[in-house]
Amino acid sequence: MATTSHMFMYSLTIQPPTAITQAILGQFAGTKEQQIVTASGSKLTIHRPDATQGKVTPLFSQDVFGIIRSLAAFRLAGSNKDYIIIGSDSGRITIIEYVPSQNRFSRIHLETFGKSGVRRVVPGQYLVVDPKGRACLIASLEKNKLVYVLNRNSQAELTISSPLEAHKPQTLVFAMTALDVGYENPVFAALEVDYSEADQDPTGQAYEEIEKVLVFYELDLGLNHVVRKWSDPVDRTANMLFQVPGGADGPSGVLVCAEDNITYRHSNQDAFRVPIPRRTGATENPERKRTIVSGVMHKMRGAFFFLLQSEDGDLFKLTLDMVEDENGQLTGEVRRLKIKYFDTVPVASSLLILKSGFLYVASESGNHNFYQFEKLGDDDEEIEFSSDNFSADPSVPYDPVFFRPRPAENLNLMESLNALNPMTDSKIANLTGEDAPQIYTVGGTGARSSFRTLKHGLAVSEIVESELRTVPSAVWTTKLTRGDEYDAYIVLSFANGTLVLSIGEVVEEVSDTGFLSTAPTLAVQQLGEDSLIQVHPRGIRHLMADRRVNEWPAPQHRSIVAAATNQRQVAVALSSGEIVYFEMDSDGSLAEYDERRQMSGTVTCLSLGEVPEGRMRSSFLAVGCDDSTVRILSLDPDSTLENKSVQALTSAPSALNIISMTDSSSGGTTLYLHIGLYSGVYLRTVLDEVTGELSDTRTRFLGAKPVKLSQVSVKGQTAVLALSSRPWLGYSDVQTKSFMLTPLDYPGLEWGWNFSSEQCEEGMIGIQGKNLRIFSIDKLDNNMLQESIPLAHTPRRFVKHPEQALFYVIESDNNVLSSATQKSLIEDSRSRNGEVDVLPAAGFGYPRGQGHWASCIQIVDPVTSKQVIFSLDLEDNEAAVSIAAVPFSSQDDETFLVVGTAKDMTSDPPSSSGGFIHIYRFQEDGRELEFIHKTKVDDPPLALLAFQGRVLAGVGSLLRLYDLGMKQLLRKCQAHVVPHTIVGLQTQGSRIIVSDVRDSVTYVVYKYQENVLIPFVDDTVARWTTSTAMVDYETTAGGDKFGNIWLLRCPTKFSEEADEDGSGAHLLHERGYLHGTPNRLDLMVHYYVQDIPTAIHKTQLVAGGRDILVWTGFQGTIGMFVPFVSREDVDFFQSLEMQLASQTPPLAGRDHLIYRGYYAPSKGVIDGDLCEMYFLLPNDTKKMIAAELDRSVREIERKISDMRTRVAY
Amino acid sequence: MADKLRTLQNLEALQARYVGTGHADTTKYEWLSNIKRDSCASYVGHNPLLSYMAVGMGEPKEKVRIKMMEKMVRGAGNPPEVGLSFLQIDV
Repeated sequence: MATTSHMFMYSLTIQPPTAITQAILGQFAGTKEQQIVTASGSKLTIHRPDATQGKVTPLFSQDVFGIIRSLAAFRLAGSNKDYIIIGSDSGRITIIEYVPSQNRFSRIHLETFGKSGVRRVVPGQYLVVDPKGRACLIASLEKNKLVYVLNRNSQAELTISSPLEAHKPQTLVFAMTALDVGYENPVFAALEVDYSEADQDPTGQAYEEIEKVLVFYELDLGLNHVVRKWSDPVDRTANMLFQVPGGADGPSGVLVCAEDNITYRHSNQDAFRVPIPRRTGATENPERKRTIVSGVMHKMRGAFFFLLQSEDGDLFKLTLDMVEDENGQLTGEVRRLKIKYFDTVPVASSLLILKSGFLYVASESGNHNFYQFEKLGDDDEEIEFSSDNFSADPSVPYDPVFFRPRPAENLNLMESLNALNPMTDSKIANLTGEDAPQIYTVGGTGARSSFRTLKHGLAVSEIVESELRTVPSAVWTTKLTRGDEYDAYIVLSFANGTLVLSIGEVVEEVSDTGFLSTAPTLAVQQLGEDSLIQVHPRGIRHLMADRRVNEWPAPQHRSIVAAATNQRQVAVALSSGEIVYFEMDSDGSLAEYDERRQMSGTVTCLSLGEVPEGRMRSSFLAVGCDDSTVRILSLDPDSTLENKSVQALTSAPSALNIISMTDSSSGGTTLYLHIGLYSGVYLRTVLDEVTGELSDTRTRFLGAKPVKLSQVSVKGQTAVLALSSRPWLGYSDVQTKSFMLTPLDYPGLEWGWNFSSEQCEEGMIGIQGKNLRIFSIDKLDNNMLQESIPLAHTPRRFVKHPEQALFYVIESDNNVLSSATQKSLIEDSRSRNGEVDVLPAAGFGYPRGQGHWASCIQIVDPVTSKQVIFSLDLEDNEAAVSIAAVPFSSQDDETFLVVGTAKDMTSDPPSSSGGFIHIYRFQEDGRELEFIHKTKVDDPPLALLAFQGRVLAGVGSLLRLYDLGMKQLLRKCQAHVVPHTIVGLQTQGSRIIVSDVRDSVTYVVYKYQENVLIPFVDDTVARWTTSTAMVDYETTAGGDKFGNIWLLRCPTKFSEEADEDGSGAHLLHERGYLHGTPNRLDLMVHYYVQDIPTAIHKTQLVAGGRDILVWTGFQGTIGMFVPFVSREDVDFFQSLEMQLASQTPPLAGRDHLIYRGYYAPSKGVIDGDLCEMYFLLPNDTKKMIAAELDRSVREIERKISDMRTRVAY
Repeated sequence: MADKLRTLQNLEALQARYVGTGHADTTKYEWLSNIKRDSCASYVGHNPLLSYMAVGMGEPKEKVRIKMMEKMVRGAGNPPEVGLSFLQIDV
């Protein structure tokens, strides 16, 4: 087998894409409540909007291993549950439902209609459903339209017919919607352009005369065929259609949105047209026409309205007036359209209006927003424009109408859901001195851009922080009686005493509790019905409800060193190594077991599990000794304190805790023994409930301090709080139920305990130095913490200061007026009209101007001040395109900031009037920049790199080496190394990796003696490279614009030849092969990830983890590639992948292997996301796969989760 | 002979079903038009690519989508005069 020597990587998603392709609304659970289903990349997610709190929380998310292109919700007549139709790249139509009881999606139908892939004539781009749920139409961009009839059979199951064709060759579809026709034959509307004549006419006349037509397709349910019922030309610029309610609710028909106007059309009605209002303002161009980019129709009882969004983000409310007859009854005839400004929200890819009065905005860039409607703009002072004043004929010109944007009046932002997309660059560095590095990203567009810091952790909300006079060593909370709901006392133990506080309206000290206040405390427990015990070094104090106190004194010359308690049992360890065991009698008093168990060493910690429901006692006592062992002793009456099992450890245990927790392998709960070691290592092993055997140990290094453990309750589940140099929480994942261990975003605690009061039902109490802190954890579904710093313009790239914790971000916005132009326009208007109010760009965007660029360099301090500390605008229509921090050896190795800019750049077609390379000097430790000079170059320098004390620049297809001069940069050497345009540079030693915009990478060697740059190896495949990273001296990892990640390696022979001493003449004179370099790179790994990788890093993500490849994608994905070490693991995961792909084929019907090999066959990669689907399977399928692989379910789950937790989160 | 006929019929069926399937007499213009339209259809269909271009152009996705669709209408420009199909087409 040839693959034995091959490299294998395990691909995993750390954070799924955040960009939403489409969002739909429906009652997917079959209840009155509406849910939101979103498609982002290959992920289908169902969210629950919470109307009382104004929040959106994800319920379930599934990877469909395919490209979700369109979604639609529909409901069969008489049903109350919405189904979901998915149009994907599988060449199949998929109907799924959400099953709330299992919290899973389930597929109902999967019908093949064409080739797979996203193609011009394969349906999937448009998906519309008849509002009565009787039929759906799935169409491609060109030619093909398929209509499926949806019905139900006698068992009330959903049925789907074979497809009916409504093809029209050489016809492009711009938009589609279904008409609301009540219960008449379903009608679908399409905006079509027929290009057949333009393709035949050499004069170009036919092209000029092309019309866009609105076509109605009627599905005749009786005859079971589709006819092209009606067609009529509309505005040539039309781009969108919206359904107008019909039947009893309205006049039916469609809204045709075009550039600058919106027209109402229907086959049996007159047309009505209103213009799209334009913004007025000092900086606005009154000539600029707006286009509707998204919108939503909302039906209420007896009324309906549209919210349509222009490209500026302005929402317009559009309503229809109907003709009334003499009795004041509506006749069903449309009288006029009315439009007025509503509010401004971010440009959306989908808008959804919820029945509960919320607006969900799936933003195109940046955070998705959830608004509440304050009012519907019914009686405000906005000017309303009516169709009465405008001709419905698209060829008749009209005067534009204007409005003045204003702060939101109708919408109130309730929640902003973090989204990283579009993510243009990222860096991974540890700037805060924590044990794991943070991920720094830049993303967003325009004024909604941001710099974000991501780190692994759970968000903590602090409730109380109060300072004490002395440092406490431990804290407990306790109830007074078993029936109590909340804790009554906080017990603090100090080096020489104990303090009791009562919890109520105020927390205050109480002295008459019976607790011994002159000694430190080891344990506090509510025992039996209504008594308390306090374990202190000299004995056990039993406090009865009637204030009687029973004291059990420790034997002479011995003290208690460790204690474990539960509601019925107490075990203490003496300094002599003896264990004394007590159990509660029927009369509520503690009875000592007559034998004491002598342990081999000093006992460091003890744990008793909680008394299981309906039992008299917990049957195990875990004992940790300083000889690095943990023993499980039996507490059953016939074998009391007998050894059950032993576990050897790497260090002495510092804490033990037996907790029953939810478990993914068994489906129920399992008893776990959690062990914390003095070395800072945490272990979790399964404790067999019958035999007491320990198995399936999982290890994790938490920090440098001894681990302390306590049982807490978070979001209704039992969790374990593990404290080392920082606090961690062990819990079951909300979706997969697998065990997660996540650090808390909180200072390191010395002690933690559960805390429950009326104000805070599921809290924790902890000690940090002299401080007593009470806190809670509100969310378990997101373990990536984000901090966001707003930026001025769309960020393109960024670099870190070589020493300081500062980042330099280059930002540029196309078609946006620069701040200088804006300022002069505002000044101008001010001098003419007096004071002008300028709206904040963050909410309303920047004023736009064709061909203009607004660009700047900003310095971000993400650690201390957490803001932008310096901003420098570029002038003369220059846009920054590249950045590097370069130490120049000619300047005593002083580091300068080098920024490449392009002047008058246009992207379509790509052109510019040259570029510049700016040099800036760092001032004030890099907190400011001083401009030195700039050098003109012919093409924009899209790549810059510090190289051997000079700067390398990729200018067009030329690679140039510059040194720093007094007036400008000095060209030292140049070479033509790639066919098109250099977009990226990497280096190690004298080797430079040059990436081309559409021709993969070329390896170049720099010969210092001769001062020449010689390309010596390139690639066989044209890859549209976006980002690269050197994995080692020979190997480069890269990503391309089509969503592939690949690893290329230079064969050793060529690599060595290139580095041979001498002039490099042998390289220069070698004959090129097929118009390229003499040699070719080998492909090691190839994998389709769907998202466009914008940065790749070779780094570690957790303390003590291995080096892995982390990539960040344009849509907000963060993923990683973990190299496999052993061949056995590869074999195991390969067979697991095969089993999973065949047992649970992807939801949307795409073949998994073909999906991962979308552009080129997947090579050398195991799909970890597919492997992790194992957690989501029902138990019997899990067992079946486990049997096929000859392993236990627990073993497989452990292998899968180890792959992730060893190197990442 | 029958084989050849069948191949021809198969090809015709393919051409009818999948726009852009070539044949022996495909002209440069036809080929280019198909390439252009296929490319634009791919830009519109692949959401990450569409947003990537939209961010590059500083426009919303919908406007870039319309731009690409208009390019599909245009194809490779005006067809050559009849009989001159072998000439270079300036695109």
